[in-house]
Amino acid sequence: MREQVLLRRAQAPALDLAAYAASGGLAGLARARAIGREEVCRIVGESGLLGRGGAGFPTGRKWESVRGAAERERYFVLNADESEPGTFKDRVMLETDPFMVLEGLLIGCYAVGAGRAYVYVRGEYRAAAELLGRCLGELEAAGHLAGLGPEGGPLEVELRLGGGAYICGEETALFRSIEGYRGEPMSKPPFPTVAGLFRRPTAIDNVETVANVPDIVRHGPQWLRGYGTERSPGVKLYSVSGHTSRPGVYELPFGAPLAELLALAGAEDLQAVLLGGAAGTFLFPQDFDMPLSYEGAQERGATLGSGALIAFDRDANLWRVAERLGRFFAHESCGQCVPCRVGTRRQHEMLEALAEGRGLGDERELLLELAEVMTDASICGLGHTAAVAVRSLIEAEGRGLLAG
Amino acid sequence: MDGTDEFTILVDGREVPAHDGETLLDVLRRAELETPTLCAHEHLTPAKACRACVVELKGSRALVASCERRAEPGMEVRTDSERVGRARRGVFELLLSQNDLSTASPVTAQAARLGARPGRYRGTRYEKGLHDDNDLYVRDYDKCILCYRCVEACGPDVQNTFALTVAGRGFDAGIAAGYGGDLTDSACVYCGNCVAVCPTGALMDRREHVLRKAGRWDERRQDVVQTTCSYCGVGCQLELHVDPRANEIVKVTSPMDHGVTHGFLCVKGRYGYSFVEAKDD
Repeated sequence: MREQVLLRRAQAPALDLAAYAASGGLAGLARARAIGREEVCRIVGESGLLGRGGAGFPTGRKWESVRGAAERERYFVLNADESEPGTFKDRVMLETDPFMVLEGLLIGCYAVGAGRAYVYVRGEYRAAAELLGRCLGELEAAGHLAGLGPEGGPLEVELRLGGGAYICGEETALFRSIEGYRGEPMSKPPFPTVAGLFRRPTAIDNVETVANVPDIVRHGPQWLRGYGTERSPGVKLYSVSGHTSRPGVYELPFGAPLAELLALAGAEDLQAVLLGGAAGTFLFPQDFDMPLSYEGAQERGATLGSGALIAFDRDANLWRVAERLGRFFAHESCGQCVPCRVGTRRQHEMLEALAEGRGLGDERELLLELAEVMTDASICGLGHTAAVAVRSLIEAEGRGLLAG
Repeated sequence: MDGTDEFTILVDGREVPAHDGETLLDVLRRAELETPTLCAHEHLTPAKACRACVVELKGSRALVASCERRAEPGMEVRTDSERVGRARRGVFELLLSQNDLSTASPVTAQAARLGARPGRYRGTRYEKGLHDDNDLYVRDYDKCILCYRCVEACGPDVQNTFALTVAGRGFDAGIAAGYGGDLTDSACVYCGNCVAVCPTGALMDRREHVLRKAGRWDERRQDVVQTTCSYCGVGCQLELHVDPRANEIVKVTSPMDHGVTHGFLCVKGRYGYSFVEAKDD
C-alpha cells in the first residue's frame, strides 16, 4: 500500500477541531498568516498544483491573478457541486476530512484577499453540507476566520446548496446560481479571475484542489513535488465503480499506471474502462499500462477529467453505456444554446437507436458530424465535451476493440 | 460607436478596420461579410444563444459568437473555414429538426443560403403548443427557437416588466410567462415588444394569427402608412399596415431605426387602433 496523503485521515476521520489540530491540522493556516498573502500564492504556484476539477489549470496562476486584481471586492468559491457521473471523491474528502478542505479554503481566501467566500455544495450532499456547516462554526468560534479578510478585516464564509442541476458545477453557471439567477453558463472570456461572481475577481477551486493546500503551505512547494511526475506533481483521487469487486475512492501519486488502480479496486478481465466521467474516453486493455498523469492521459488522447473510472466487463454492451451517457447530457443541458440543447437530444436519440439495434445506418457518420458542431459551437464545457465518449467509442469500434 | 480608437483586425486573411467597443459582428457587417444571425438584435443585449454567427478566433479552442465578442487589436478571425461552415449549417439543421418554421422566413432563408439540409437530423420535434389566451397576441411555442429576444425585450433591455423568463432545461426548456403560470396572471402589460422582436412568428399579434388562419393575410399587398401616435406627447412613429381590400388596419409597428421608439411601443400605440375605424352613429 502506498503512502496516503489526502486520504490519511479517511480511516479515522477527525470530525472535531480538537482532533484535527491534534493530528497536525491548522499548521498550514498558521504558517500562511506568518508568511503573508504574496508568499502563499508564490508557494502554491511553485508547487505546480493543478486544479483537480477536471480542467487541470494551475491553481497558483488563478490565485495570483485574483490577488493582483485592482478591484478590492473579491470572492473565493469552493466548488463542491460534485455531479460528474461516477465521481464521488469530493464527497469522501468532505465527509472524512472536512477540516483539511476548509483549512485549504481559508488559506485560499487569505491568499487572494477575499472578504467573502461561498461553499457551493451539491444539493444531494446533505450529510456533507451539514458536517461542513458544523465544522465552519467550530473554526469561526475558535477565531480561525478572524483577520483573514482584506487588510486584516473579517472573512465571511457562506454555505450554499445546489438545486440538483449538473450544469451548476460549471463555474460561470455556479456564479449565476449563487447570484440567484437561472444556472446558465456565461461566455469566457472574461474569466472568473477577472470578472467572476457578481462580476468581481473570483478564485474558484475544486474540493480536492484546496485539500492539497494546507500541506503545501506548511511544508513548502517542494513537498508536493515529492509525489507524482514533473508535469503532474502530487497525488490524485480516483472514484472507481462498475464491474469491480472493490469499488471506492483510491489515492495514487500521478504517474502510477492505470493497471495499478484497477488491481487496487479488484477490476479484472475487463472489456474497457471509461476514464474521466461522462465526458471521458473509453480505454481498452492495451492502454492499461497508461501512466495516470495529465500528460500521460493526453498522450493517449484520453483525459483524467474528475478522476472517475467506470469499469466494464466483457458482457457489457458499450453502446448501452453510451446511450446512458447521451441521456445524461440531454437531461443536463441547460437549454441555452442551440448546438447543445438540440444536439444532445439528437445525439441521445441516435445512441438509443444504435443501442436497441434499430439504427438506419447513417448514425455513426451523423454522430461524428454532430460532435464537431457541438464541440465547436456550444457555449460551455458541457456542449464542448458531450460527444467525447461517443467519439471514442466509434473510434474503438472501428479498431475492432469492442467485445461481442 | 463608443470609442474613437481605430485599429485593424485580420478577417479571412485581409485587414479590416475596427473600432474600440465594436463587436466582431459589427466589424464583419461593415466589411460586407454576410453573417447569419438569429438571436442578435440591434437593440438587445447579445444572448449568444443561437450560435449562428460563430467565427473562428485564433487562440480560442472553440468558435466564438461574433455578436457578443468585442473586437480587439491583433485578432485573427476566420469566417470562411470548414469548421465555421459546418457549425453554422449545423445550427440551422438542428433548428430545422426541432421547430415548425412555417412563419420563420428569417430562419429558413438563412438556412437555405447556408445549404442546410432539412431532414438531416431526425427525431422528436417541439410540441409545446399554441397559447391563445388573450385578445392581443398568441404564443405558438412549437415555433420558438429560444433566441431569448422576447425575454430581453420584456426585461431590462426595453420594457422592465419581467413577465417572460426561460423555464425548464435542455430540450424541455421554453419561454414561460409569470414563472410558469398563465400569461393573463403574469406581469405582462401587453406592450407587444416581444412580438416585435420575435424572428419566427412564435409570438404573433392575434389579428395576424386570425387573418392567417382565414387565409386573408397577404403582406405583399398591404400598404404601410407612416404616422405619429396620437395618444401622448412622446411622439412615437407608427407604421400602420393596412389591408387595402378591406381598408382596415391589420397591424401596427414602429421602425427599428426610429430615434424615439427604436421599434418599441406601448400597448396603446401597438394595439389601440380600432378607434380609427369607429363609425359615428
